[in-house]
Amino acid sequence: MAILLRLLRFAYKYRLFTLIGYLCLIGTIILNLVQPLIFRQVIDVGIGERNTTALMEMAFAIVVVNVVSSFCGFGMSYCNEYVSQRVAYDIRNDLYDHLQRLSFAYHDRASTGELMSRVTSDVEHSRVFVGTGVLQLVNTVILYVSILAIMLSLSWELSLVSLATLPLIGITAVQYRSRVQPMFRQVQRQWAVLTAVLQENITGVRVVKAFAREPFEVSKFKTENDAYLERNVATTRLQSLVFPMMVFISSMGTVAILWYGGLQVIEGSLSVGSLIAFNSYLMRLAGPTRQFGAIVAWVSRAIASGERLFEILDTPSPVRERSGLPARSTIDGQVTFENVVFSYGKAFAAIPGYGAVTETSAFKPIVHARDREDRTLLRGTGASPASVIQEINLEAHPNEVVALIGHTGSGKSTLTSLIPRFYDVSSGSVKVDGIDVKEYRLADLRRNVGIVMQETLLFSATVAENIAFGNVEASMTDIKRAAHAAQAYEFIRDLPEQFETKIGERGVNLSGGQRQRLAIARALLIDPRILILDDATASVDMKTEFQIQEALRELMAGRTTFIVAQRLSTITHADQILVLDHGRIVQRGTHLELITVPGPYLDIYDMQLRDQDEARDAANREIVSSPTVIK
Amino acid sequence: MTSQKPSPAKPGPTPPPPSHRREDEDDEVLGKAYDQRIVERTWIFVHPYRIHLLWSLALMVCIAIGNLAGPYLIKIAIDDAIANSNLSLLAVAAIGYVAASLLVWVATYGQSYIMSWVGQTVLFSMRRELFMHLQRLSFNFYDRMEAGRIMSRMTGDVNALNDFLTSGIVSTASDLFVLVGIVLLMFALNWKLALATMIVGPIIGLVTHLYRTRSRNLYREVRWQNSMVTAYLAENISGVRAVQAFSRENLNQDRFDGVNRENLRRLIRATTFSAGFGPIITFISTVATVLVVWFGGMLVLNGEMTLGSLWAFLAYVGRFFEPISDLSARYNSMQAAMAGGERVYALMDTPVAVQDRDDAYQLGEISGSVKFKDVIFEYVPGRPVLRGISLEATPGEVIALVGHTGAGKSSIINILLRFYDIKDGSITIDGHDIRAVTMASLRRQVGLVLQEPFLFSGTIRDNIRYGKLEANDDEVIAAARAVNLHDFIIGLPLGYDTEVNERGASLSQGQKQLISFARALIADPRILILDEATASVDTATEKLIQYGLDTLMRGRTSFVIAHRLSTIKAASQILVMRQGLIIERGTHDELLTQEGYYYNLHRMQFREGGGNDDHAPVDETASVSLPHV
Repeated sequence: MAILLRLLRFAYKYRLFTLIGYLCLIGTIILNLVQPLIFRQVIDVGIGERNTTALMEMAFAIVVVNVVSSFCGFGMSYCNEYVSQRVAYDIRNDLYDHLQRLSFAYHDRASTGELMSRVTSDVEHSRVFVGTGVLQLVNTVILYVSILAIMLSLSWELSLVSLATLPLIGITAVQYRSRVQPMFRQVQRQWAVLTAVLQENITGVRVVKAFAREPFEVSKFKTENDAYLERNVATTRLQSLVFPMMVFISSMGTVAILWYGGLQVIEGSLSVGSLIAFNSYLMRLAGPTRQFGAIVAWVSRAIASGERLFEILDTPSPVRERSGLPARSTIDGQVTFENVVFSYGKAFAAIPGYGAVTETSAFKPIVHARDREDRTLLRGTGASPASVIQEINLEAHPNEVVALIGHTGSGKSTLTSLIPRFYDVSSGSVKVDGIDVKEYRLADLRRNVGIVMQETLLFSATVAENIAFGNVEASMTDIKRAAHAAQAYEFIRDLPEQFETKIGERGVNLSGGQRQRLAIARALLIDPRILILDDATASVDMKTEFQIQEALRELMAGRTTFIVAQRLSTITHADQILVLDHGRIVQRGTHLELITVPGPYLDIYDMQLRDQDEARDAANREIVSSPTVIK
Repeated sequence: MTSQKPSPAKPGPTPPPPSHRREDEDDEVLGKAYDQRIVERTWIFVHPYRIHLLWSLALMVCIAIGNLAGPYLIKIAIDDAIANSNLSLLAVAAIGYVAASLLVWVATYGQSYIMSWVGQTVLFSMRRELFMHLQRLSFNFYDRMEAGRIMSRMTGDVNALNDFLTSGIVSTASDLFVLVGIVLLMFALNWKLALATMIVGPIIGLVTHLYRTRSRNLYREVRWQNSMVTAYLAENISGVRAVQAFSRENLNQDRFDGVNRENLRRLIRATTFSAGFGPIITFISTVATVLVVWFGGMLVLNGEMTLGSLWAFLAYVGRFFEPISDLSARYNSMQAAMAGGERVYALMDTPVAVQDRDDAYQLGEISGSVKFKDVIFEYVPGRPVLRGISLEATPGEVIALVGHTGAGKSSIINILLRFYDIKDGSITIDGHDIRAVTMASLRRQVGLVLQEPFLFSGTIRDNIRYGKLEANDDEVIAAARAVNLHDFIIGLPLGYDTEVNERGASLSQGQKQLISFARALIADPRILILDEATASVDTATEKLIQYGLDTLMRGRTSFVIAHRLSTIKAASQILVMRQGLIIERGTHDELLTQEGYYYNLHRMQFREGGGNDDHAPVDETASVSLPHV
């Protein structure tokens, strides 16, 4: 019920339209009710008393009544559609806004397909309720009450007889509702699963095709499609049984009236006209009764869908901006980590329903996806060991270059993602200019932190728009300059429409290196004080990497830079090198300091560069001494 | 489904003209199309269930009879039983009414169950059909079509057909049936009065026709805009990290609001238009009622008709317009269905650019020799990216592709796997032209490791097993061991059963890449392609997997793309590419002596190595380790 009220609150904004709509509805109902009365006049006066003038008057009255009723009908459906579409629009906007503000911890676990299904399908079901559902509910109630009132005024005895069916209909409706609601929930859930499978298949099409796994994908899809079919059919089957059953029960009222009323007419205590009018009122109840079943279905469906919508809207982002924070537009770029501990588990625990399982929550931390019944929005992975980052202390002065190196999974990327506050630390603090990042407005903080992520996310827009992603006001000159700096200018110039070339959703028609350079240009364009390069040059070719590094060196001057790298060569010039292992800093110092002491850094150096030294020497020897001698 | 023959997805003899528009264009083009075509197309899906439809129709006749019998029984009760004080006849009429109601209930249950079952089953097979077609469509389709828009076709547009299928077909039939029944009854009761009522028929026909055309166009716009909303959502939800990193939330909210608002505007325009339809029909029905009241009243007065007959007639007139206003109420969803159906079938009819020939045969066990002969290839006609490539790789050989970004290295891989068809020349594997064999048998023997690993949601075990579905746990573990991933996996609380989700978030990029190595390894391909595959694995890890990679590459023909020259020194052939041509080829030593492009690249890498002190040369060990030859 709370869910329904919340859905209705969205309609409150459009109360004027709603009001007009409902007035029109009432108008339609009244006019509809008047009609049998006119018919009674026709029969009792016009025909019974052979009064042709009355007959004509009545005919005219019917025309008037119906013209007005037509206008009311239009007004009703227009207002109703208007309000419900506005509500759907508002909910979609709210959802989208909320989703994009939820922190990384949330998106790490929620699947795009699942979220999509909520923003599309569940919003639609809620809309139908807010629009048609409520309208029909009101309509049905008013119709019932007024028809009953009229029937009572015509003959209370007959009314009582016909009322006998009402409790039966009520019981049926209640029974139906309690059974159908969980079914709808399952239908929606399964729909989300189906959407997610589809979404993943489309985004992963390259892998699917490379492994020639199309048949497997088809069967995977079929399984979910089957389950969806099955659930849907089960629901509609119940519907098919219950709706006509209600009609049947209500038509039993007609039978009772026919029998009982017939007797009264024979006895002479009731006029034929009254019996006919009474019966036609009763038959008018058949429509609303049929509607009633549908209403119950809409309500149940809206509750099931509403739950799923509010689940998103009620999820507070673990990364929240305190209110009343002062604006800080510029920073110096001093970054301090004090005893920072971070674990993904903690970050997720901050999402209600993920950490703790509550009875009411539809969330459950799910570990085995096989249990499809329990598939919910967030999937636990448990992939992360307890703490990803432990007791990190570091200090980066403005304009310093800090390099992070370590094994895959040692926490390098995680560490850097704490600076723009993509995640909140579990304990300790991350400070920028001596102020905790939590004391910054997120936009202020992030505007000063440029990040080039490992995974390059580009958007379907032009090259220029993608570069200007973080700074839409940037002039074309700025965009070009950034492209130059990122060594992207050359390839952009070769594109069919240069900077105006549209690139696909995930930049499909650009190579990895090209995409990465666009991402670098994008980060440079916001002119950040802090620059984070998370393995930013991994997939560009050697020559380009040098060019980029050359350019970056200039750009890094005057910025605090964090470089996450796999290769020592890219970080030897750093002011500080931090070697990470299992989330801890195991070594720190400059390159020259670190290669003098035994430890992991020296090991890596031995692995990477010592060989290289020799190779390089050898190569140099070859090149320098006698390039032509070999063979 | 088991049939691997990718005949174009046309189940049965369909006449749809193959669309010459590009897939991404038909979203925008709102041209004229005849409804008939969509209905016919839908019929193909419904066809298998025509027996069900017949049953459903039979039940519908029962429902109609039951419904129509009601007023007639009441007429009998009033005119004959009550007027003549005939209690037993009254009892018969009452019992008859109960029986009629019972019939209506049971028949409605059966009928609507059958129809919703048919409807859902048809949607099910449409989704399956679409999905299978999507699997067949080649990359140039995916290059153009965004995931969100495909999604919107598969979900929104298919569902738009739902109402049409579950209620549309049968209810329309039922409405028509009821109409005919009522007309007959009315004529039976009083043909003069019936004739007078029928005058409104042509008017209704005209109004409906006028409405239909306009409404259809409006709903087509709605569906198109709807797909824009979905596409925007899909892209921005999956790209949410970039959005947050650049503080784009407010701007994106505005953008989304724009798309969303446009959707709203079009919807309201369409619904406003169709909201007018019902009242118009109501008004016309009033005219008919008035005619009946006036004319019928006269007839009764003249003694040409009984009161009971007039009452029954009025009831029938009411019911006469019921199916008509039903039809109008269903109008919205019918229009949406037509518009949705059009888009669904457009996707289904999208030609498959790369498909197996009719006479394609299974490529048997290969040894792995690859030959390119004068290959010309272009993604976009007129802009060749490979301009005459010839190469030959003998089994077990390691071919390295070197060159700048955009030189065409990845294109070679794309066409070797036949993700795209070449324009000219030929590619043969063990002497078989790759276009002559089935794609599945070709790709099964070629392993590909991409730069950006993509994992599916599921367990780590499932993801490794993706390379070989029938692999047992031991094989999975062996593959994980080979790439030195086993220890990491068993260190996780749930081991191999750890769930990986969409982006494999919470695993590092390197860990994801290792899983994708294991996935390629377990497939045991004869030809292996590593597309800058170790770029995201750190050197230490790289060392760890070196042994695994050596094992992986041994005895397989390998194509390696790497930016770092040091990683490919050991290759048996290095192909240096530039602007779609191979400009140099040979072993590392040979190329150095040529003092050409490679030589310069090589020199530059050492000279500019990091650009700082002499002790920090930039080049480093194997991005991809190679068997030392």
